[in-house]
Amino acid sequence: MGLLSDPVRRRALARLVLRLNAPLCVLSYVAGITWFLALAFPPLTQRTYMSENAMGSTMVEEQFVGGDRARGFARDFAAHRRKSGALPVAWLERTMQSVGLEVYTQSFSRQLPFPDETHERYMVSGTNVYGILRAPRAASTESLVLTVPCSSDSTNNQAVGLLLALAAHFRGQIYWAKDIIFLVTEHDLLGTEAWLEAYHDVNVTGIQSSPLQGRAGAIQAAVALELSSDVVTSLDVAVEGLNGQLPNLDLLNLFQTFCQKGGLLCTLQGKLQSQDWTSLDGPLQGLQTLLLMVLRQASGRPHGPHGLFLRYRVEALTLRGINSFRQYKYDLVAVGKTLEGMFRKLNHLLERLHQSFFLYLLPALSRFVSIGLYMPAAGFLLLVLGLKALELWMQLHEAGVGLEETGGGSGPSALHPPAQGVGLTSLVAPLLISQAMGVALYILPVLGQHVATQHFPVAEAEAVVLTLLAIYAAGLALPHSTHWVVSPQAPDRGWMALKLVALIYLALQLGCIALTNFSLGFLLAATMVPTAAVTKPHGPRPLYAALLVLTSPAATLLGSLFLWRELQEAPLSLAEGWQLFLTALAQGVLEHYTYGALLFPLLALGLYPCWLLFWNVLFWK
Amino acid sequence: MWASFICWWTQDQAEQFFRSGHTNNWAVLVCTSRFWFNYRHVANTLSVYRSVKRLGIPDSHIVLMLADDMACNPRNPKPATVFSHKNMELNVYGDDVEVDYRSYEVTVENFLRVLTGRIPPSTPRSKRLLSDDRSNILIYMTGHGGNGFLKFQDSEEITNIELADAFEQMWQKRRYNELLFIIDTCQGASMYERFYSPNIMALASSQVGEDSLSHQPDPAIGVHLMDRYTFYVLEFLEEINPDSQTNMNDLFQVCPKSLCVSTPGHRTDLFQRDPKNVLITDFFGSVRKVEITTETISLQRDSGIMESSHEEGQRDEELMEPLKYAEQLPVAQIIHQKPKLKDWHPPGGFILGLWALIIMVFFKTYGIKHMKFIF
Repeated sequence: MGLLSDPVRRRALARLVLRLNAPLCVLSYVAGITWFLALAFPPLTQRTYMSENAMGSTMVEEQFVGGDRARGFARDFAAHRRKSGALPVAWLERTMQSVGLEVYTQSFSRQLPFPDETHERYMVSGTNVYGILRAPRAASTESLVLTVPCSSDSTNNQAVGLLLALAAHFRGQIYWAKDIIFLVTEHDLLGTEAWLEAYHDVNVTGIQSSPLQGRAGAIQAAVALELSSDVVTSLDVAVEGLNGQLPNLDLLNLFQTFCQKGGLLCTLQGKLQSQDWTSLDGPLQGLQTLLLMVLRQASGRPHGPHGLFLRYRVEALTLRGINSFRQYKYDLVAVGKTLEGMFRKLNHLLERLHQSFFLYLLPALSRFVSIGLYMPAAGFLLLVLGLKALELWMQLHEAGVGLEETGGGSGPSALHPPAQGVGLTSLVAPLLISQAMGVALYILPVLGQHVATQHFPVAEAEAVVLTLLAIYAAGLALPHSTHWVVSPQAPDRGWMALKLVALIYLALQLGCIALTNFSLGFLLAATMVPTAAVTKPHGPRPLYAALLVLTSPAATLLGSLFLWRELQEAPLSLAEGWQLFLTALAQGVLEHYTYGALLFPLLALGLYPCWLLFWNVLFWK
Repeated sequence: MWASFICWWTQDQAEQFFRSGHTNNWAVLVCTSRFWFNYRHVANTLSVYRSVKRLGIPDSHIVLMLADDMACNPRNPKPATVFSHKNMELNVYGDDVEVDYRSYEVTVENFLRVLTGRIPPSTPRSKRLLSDDRSNILIYMTGHGGNGFLKFQDSEEITNIELADAFEQMWQKRRYNELLFIIDTCQGASMYERFYSPNIMALASSQVGEDSLSHQPDPAIGVHLMDRYTFYVLEFLEEINPDSQTNMNDLFQVCPKSLCVSTPGHRTDLFQRDPKNVLITDFFGSVRKVEITTETISLQRDSGIMESSHEEGQRDEELMEPLKYAEQLPVAQIIHQKPKLKDWHPPGGFILGLWALIIMVFFKTYGIKHMKFIF
């Protein structure tokens, strides 16, 4: 008879699996972490290359010389802005018209769910100004966007100046096959989101925006620019977008080619690129850059206007000019030439960028790791959960079979229904209660902020964060209360069934997250998987409890903040770290409501209930 | 004696006059790719078109097939022009170019119909190849190709077998006297491997497994302007004028590997004449043979010319016999396998009878009740 239907062989197989399970799990976990760390090293990284044929191998010569004009525009913009306090809309309209664009404005307003402490805004209303350069000899079916986000705290004057000078230069060329939209947004990302929603005629985030009067066709690519000084020492590029989405790698390759051509110093994650990949220095620096990218992608924040464009499948990048203490500086002409070259090459496109990778990791600007090479790391980690679940299944089944054998000749049916019946009811209660806690964590902080501010002397943002932490900590007290609900004759093996369900739930969630946002999935898996695997009611409870708390989602967030600042060579003290943690929590909730970021609902509704199930398993009586 | 020498000399010249068998020249110039980044293929074709026109073939005898979206492409910084050299000296598009098949009309079907003459009656005259059995035809093709095929406009391909069959149809319909086939694509030599009709000479820019490379990157326009092989062929053709005596062997030497990076190839085994006797202008130009003499020449019927043509006829017949219809799909050549020895199988009826015997014996021995173990 078959291997799985023969009871004798099956028991032998089960015993083999149970014996080998622990070493296999440890091996798999170690393999996953090692594979991840090895991603920065040569066999797993490849050099980047241009995949799109239309963008081709020929360089174009840039002719931008409007540096002085850009500086003039920037000074005017700064002066008018100081005078009016907000975006000088009328001045921008006049200037764009004088340069030769079709100018339109769009107003938007939004009341944030609670006041934003970092940007100091609550009821936001503003105006976006954009000018369209029509392609002289083509139908307006496709367009490219150059956008500069302006807000009250970040001065982007030189970027606006460069945008206007580039617009003047582009207007004099006849080789444009796509329209070019020059967009200046107010309240940086809020304005960008309002513009994008109105452009694509959707309403995803509840922002009220007036409809757009002028439109230019499907957007093929966008570049966002942030420049605050007349000269720059390097250009930093940001690729991670909302919910960890990334632009097509070809756009980054394009930027990097022009960096090389113009001799510009370009950085990724604020780190210089190591040239030496044959010895160990290059890969080690690559590992730091990779970790920074993983942390930024896992946070799911849009790190610039480009992050919001990605949602509409418009490939976009943000370029930031950094002015540090290096000696060699580049002026606006150099930056302008880079942008001109990029736009000219993007002009050659016939289809959307689709030839190169959409999912990748970057150890350096000229190296990448493709999804086929980094996925096994997450796979190994999730395998641990699968193996543990298999072991529990076999133990449960053995327990059932053991009962059969001791039960003797009377059919097994008499013993099965009670065992299964108790199993089901003892599972449903913890599941429902954990999920309810998750829902409470998601809804209550923002809903109850006004009640909290009435009773406690805190501001709304602080109220939200503190409610969040309070509900999170309240979940720790659950096991003592759920026992009132669970029937008293819960068998000793009931915790196995609960742990089995929790493991499968965790594996499903992490698997789905890892597919779209590998960094988030891997980070959560790396911390949650080992403790999820070892948790059981027997054994040293305080130790397991401490481990479980240390690997809960909130603690992972705290730890990754410290790691992030450590990698950026600006380490935090404990107090600063805690403050940053509170700010991050507030920002996370806020971004969920303003841009639709999914980290907060994922953690609150998905991973926190799952973690609570493990907490219940730990305190099973 | 002097008079007889002159007489002999003019007779010899008169014989030479009829040396090549053609009386008119045609050219079919095909660019098979479209899109802005294939600018160089259009520039290639237009450059050959310019040379061929300069050497005398009129537009009425040229069938030009171009994607034709370069000169008026919105991305062209110099509208209405196509340049083949980055010095921008010569605008090969000009203002008197006559494109016969433009844009989406450049398809495999149209190309084959032009070659074989199977054209609907409504087709205008400028789109027809009205050649006869005394026409020398130049066929130039450029684009993206591979081993055994040439890509037409991103949606279809023509294989070397189809091309060879088209040429055979032309031969059988007496639509050409001699044919010169030039192809400038990657792995171009694969396209002439399958030709089997007589009087075809073929040149390609690269061998199988090699890529043809482009030349002349132009940063002002932002594309490559020409391919290497055609660039050097054009340099060579610039020195040809209608009375040049340069022959095909010189054309075979154009663009050695040091300049072209790929190895150009040629095929002359189907051609009757020796390549060193074939003038470039036999194919690239339309040379009107006019000689002014003050002597009267009596053309003997049964000597000199008729004899030579009769000899040619005999040679033709001798050569024609060995030519037979090539195997359409020589699998052994393609797969390079030795034919397998087939194992001997006993005849079918025998096997059937054997099985019937076995089943009968089985049931006899074990009885019918064992049937349920089988079904």
